[in-house]
Amino acid sequence: MLGTGLLQGLGVTAKNFVGSFHDPARLTTIEYPEVKTKLPEAYRNFPFLVAENATDPMGTLRCVACQICEKECPPQCIYIEKSKDKKPDATGKPQLFPAIFAIDTSVCMSCQICVEVCPFDAIKMDQVYEIATTDRFSALLLNREQLAKSNAYYHGIHPTEAAEVDARLAAERKAAEEKAAAAAAAKAAAAAAKAAAPAAPKPPAAPSAEAPKPPPTS
Amino acid sequence: MSALSLVLGRSLLAGDFPAGEFATHRLQAGSSLVASADSFLERLPLVARDVFTSWLPEPWRWLVNSLISIAVILSVFGLLFAYVTLAERKILGRIQNRPGPNRTPIPFINLRFFGLAQPFADGVKALTKEDVVPRGADHLLHFLAPVVLLAFSILTFAVIPYGRHLVPVDLNAGVLYFFAAGAATELAVFMAGWASRNKYSLLAAMRALAQLISYELPLLLAWVPVVLVAGSLSTTEIVAAQAGWKFNLIPHWHVFTPWGAAGFVIFMIAALAESNRSPFDLPEAESELIAGHLTEYSGFKYALFFMAEYFGMIALSGMAITLFLGGWHAPSPYLEFIPSYVWFGGKLVVLLLGFIWIRATFPRLRMDQLTRFAWKFLVPLALINLANAAFWSLSFPWAGPLQLLRWLISALLVVGPFVLLGRQLSAGVAPRVYRYAAS
Repeated sequence: MLGTGLLQGLGVTAKNFVGSFHDPARLTTIEYPEVKTKLPEAYRNFPFLVAENATDPMGTLRCVACQICEKECPPQCIYIEKSKDKKPDATGKPQLFPAIFAIDTSVCMSCQICVEVCPFDAIKMDQVYEIATTDRFSALLLNREQLAKSNAYYHGIHPTEAAEVDARLAAERKAAEEKAAAAAAAKAAAAAAKAAAPAAPKPPAAPSAEAPKPPPTS
Repeated sequence: MSALSLVLGRSLLAGDFPAGEFATHRLQAGSSLVASADSFLERLPLVARDVFTSWLPEPWRWLVNSLISIAVILSVFGLLFAYVTLAERKILGRIQNRPGPNRTPIPFINLRFFGLAQPFADGVKALTKEDVVPRGADHLLHFLAPVVLLAFSILTFAVIPYGRHLVPVDLNAGVLYFFAAGAATELAVFMAGWASRNKYSLLAAMRALAQLISYELPLLLAWVPVVLVAGSLSTTEIVAAQAGWKFNLIPHWHVFTPWGAAGFVIFMIAALAESNRSPFDLPEAESELIAGHLTEYSGFKYALFFMAEYFGMIALSGMAITLFLGGWHAPSPYLEFIPSYVWFGGKLVVLLLGFIWIRATFPRLRMDQLTRFAWKFLVPLALINLANAAFWSLSFPWAGPLQLLRWLISALLVVGPFVLLGRQLSAGVAPRVYRYAAS
């Protein structure tokens, strides 16, 4: 009969109206500044620099100023100046570090290529989206101090990815330590052999074949 | 015009009936309502007014009394307009699964309180916006249109009985006056459309006129039965004719008779169209006409149009209450201690919420659907309803089992035409087959 569809429609809207007071599925709005949605783990916007230690971010930057990201960046929003001296990195090895590291976020297109080319896992994508400023020039150009964030923060925003990175880095460091230990042991053995040589002279060809070469520096 | 004079003639005839329902209702009302008619709360608005005007000399007192009535109507309905817009936005929001405006704080104390300050923020915004008038516009008409529109819609408030003692002007042809003033608003809409010198505005104004001519007829034909049965064109007497209760339970409101129920529904549908509300808001169809006749209006002129639209809606709801829902009468004799103007206000709010609910639910009609619905469905139904009311009026002396027969015949005269005309209206149209959409 004419009008039954109209009444059904009124029923649907009435159900929605009443439901909005008790059914969270019918009132899905999240009132933003007070309440925030949990971002998906893969969400990204602009890069940041990973520092091992939150208390001393400038001293423990993973970045060694190799400038690969600067060269790869499609819109060329990264600017790096290498340091003149070397500082020990997280593993204690002396490395160069970025004296200046700046990203112009008004140019950055959030492509993540810098993250993918970084051999040191030193640059990662951030999730901070409240970046509006009243100054569109200098306030959008982020410097080293603004970019540096701790590894713990990285674990907070991308837990799966960060765990993977940490495991890989730990394995690399362990391998490097084992290599270094082996080298040290070989060196000690060589030194001992050298010391023992005057007492008991050996055949002249033997030491060069037995003693391992010193490991490459990196 | 000839139809109207015919109607007037009939109503006078009905008024001459010696045993009209009107007279008996009056008697019942007289016996049961004496106690509450003069209670303090009932007289409170008059008492408050007299405090201010009793010291004035007689001729001045009349003038000041009228001015106070005007001021009260403007402030009460202005405030009602403000909060109906807020209620509309909030209810529409809830129906669309969002909370609606709820953030506007009260100034200086920064308290949000569900966004109750929103209408005032809107008002300030409208006042401070630039008033743009197109270069090619007719400046005088462009300025006059919102003013005329608002003036006519405020005029209609004059004859509505808001309470037992609260009728601003008790005209003996109040209903006629109401609809004459209400129909004049269309002149202003066309004025706006013409003066803007904008094709969309003009098209919208022409649409508005076509719609108005289509729906003026069912609107008028819907209230004629009430005049026929009540025997008067005076709003106070129509309300008085609906006094009393059957078995102290069912009020004698016109909506509780078969012809009254049908008349009420036709009246409300036509009222939706008259006040340009969804689903009949073709003159403002955004997807086709930008904002219709409002396209070239900005700032406070735009707000005036908005205000006039809501005033029209409020006035038509008030008239629907007066004609069909018993005016200011309480629905039960045990609820009479609540003053009459509160009952009127309550019914008004319920009808306005109904308007909002309908707006949230139905999609807009197409132009041909709109006129076809009026001419092929509402007008014949309203005409048959007129005959139905005439039968109801003539069969008033029937008693006992004949009373049952009277109800049966009257109900059949409503349901039969509705089903038959409805079948004819939707023949070949419904149910719609969607060729490409799933299900």
